[in-house]
Amino acid sequence: MQGFGAVGHSPAEPAFHDRWEAVARALVVAVSSAVEASGGEFRHSIERMEPGHYLTSSYYEHWLTAAATLAVEHGLVTRSELEVRAGGRFPLSGPVLAPPVADAGPDIDEPRFGPGDRVRVRDWHPPGHTRCPRYVRGKTGVVVRVDGVHSVPDVEAHGAARRREPTYSVKFDAADLWGDGQRGVSVHADLWDSYLERP
Amino acid sequence: MSVDGHHHPAPMSPVEQRVAALQALLIERGLVPEGFIEEITHRYESEIGPMNGAKVVARAWVDPGYKQRLLAEGTAAIAELGLGGAEGDHMVVVENTPAVHNVIVCTLCSCYPWPVLGLPPAWYKDAPYRARMVREPRTLLAEMGCQLPGDTEIRVWDSSAEVRYLVLPERPPGTEGMTEAELAGLVTRDSMIGVARL
Repeated sequence: MQGFGAVGHSPAEPAFHDRWEAVARALVVAVSSAVEASGGEFRHSIERMEPGHYLTSSYYEHWLTAAATLAVEHGLVTRSELEVRAGGRFPLSGPVLAPPVADAGPDIDEPRFGPGDRVRVRDWHPPGHTRCPRYVRGKTGVVVRVDGVHSVPDVEAHGAARRREPTYSVKFDAADLWGDGQRGVSVHADLWDSYLERP
Repeated sequence: MSVDGHHHPAPMSPVEQRVAALQALLIERGLVPEGFIEEITHRYESEIGPMNGAKVVARAWVDPGYKQRLLAEGTAAIAELGLGGAEGDHMVVVENTPAVHNVIVCTLCSCYPWPVLGLPPAWYKDAPYRARMVREPRTLLAEMGCQLPGDTEIRVWDSSAEVRYLVLPERPPGTEGMTEAELAGLVTRDSMIGVARL
């Protein structure tokens, strides 16, 4: 998504601006550990926020919404309990749209690509969680690093199944990504094996 | 203090009311042990932060062997200084030179190397930085006060998988006589994210 304005940058910033941010952060840890949420499931619970709410709320409100959503979905608390205690509306994230992953398929232990290989990112639009940024989909780049084997977030966000694959750091020429002729700029994205194909 | 002599705290904002609601319900269910919130707050406010990354950078400036290890095997070299843990298990350190400038972003969420930099600042996690640092880094860096010569190569690193990045800034000129601890005092958070040069 583009069209944003200036970055509200300040060189010295506290870890938490208000006490409630620190509490929200701790509650995420408490809920995630109680429901054994994977990193993928936690991130997806933020991504499922209503887009208007996501874009107009602060980072720790995202975390609060994620913690409450996971707590309700896993039966720790109910939405009506939350709304009674909060004395008003308690917006939660929307439902999971992708079906649960029952069969994750086999792990991939050996990297298909090595440094210097050209790769193209699959151009697809999964209904659930992914860590493949939209701005590189369909684009061709060069592998600069192989980073070992890691659990695929697209799988772990949607059930107990797991699949592990190598990840790669892939270098893209910014002018290829954006078609604007900018020079001397490369953007590197770290991508799981199944996001990639041979060009 | 009000006229009746009692302290009336400011009314809670809607988000504070929601935090308090979830907190109370989780405490009732035994999911938030006594002292848990204080312990987590203390860890992120006091134990981790950019002062840790600054030690790594200063060591690399004074010890060429360490610098070599840091660039080759970031996680292990950082562990030599007793640093590591969550969001620092797969560290890659990228080196700035007169010809190359590196900068870190997480376009998908807020990935950041906690053991060396602490929690990310709010601007790093907000949409303008995440969107624009991959789209127009030269323009955005200049806006943020990091003016680069036109022929400096810019390398943007999007932390979209498990690796977390740390920028090794260039040692500033005129610091030859300084101790390692004095050098660490020069290293800023922004320089290790890559939105500033020292």
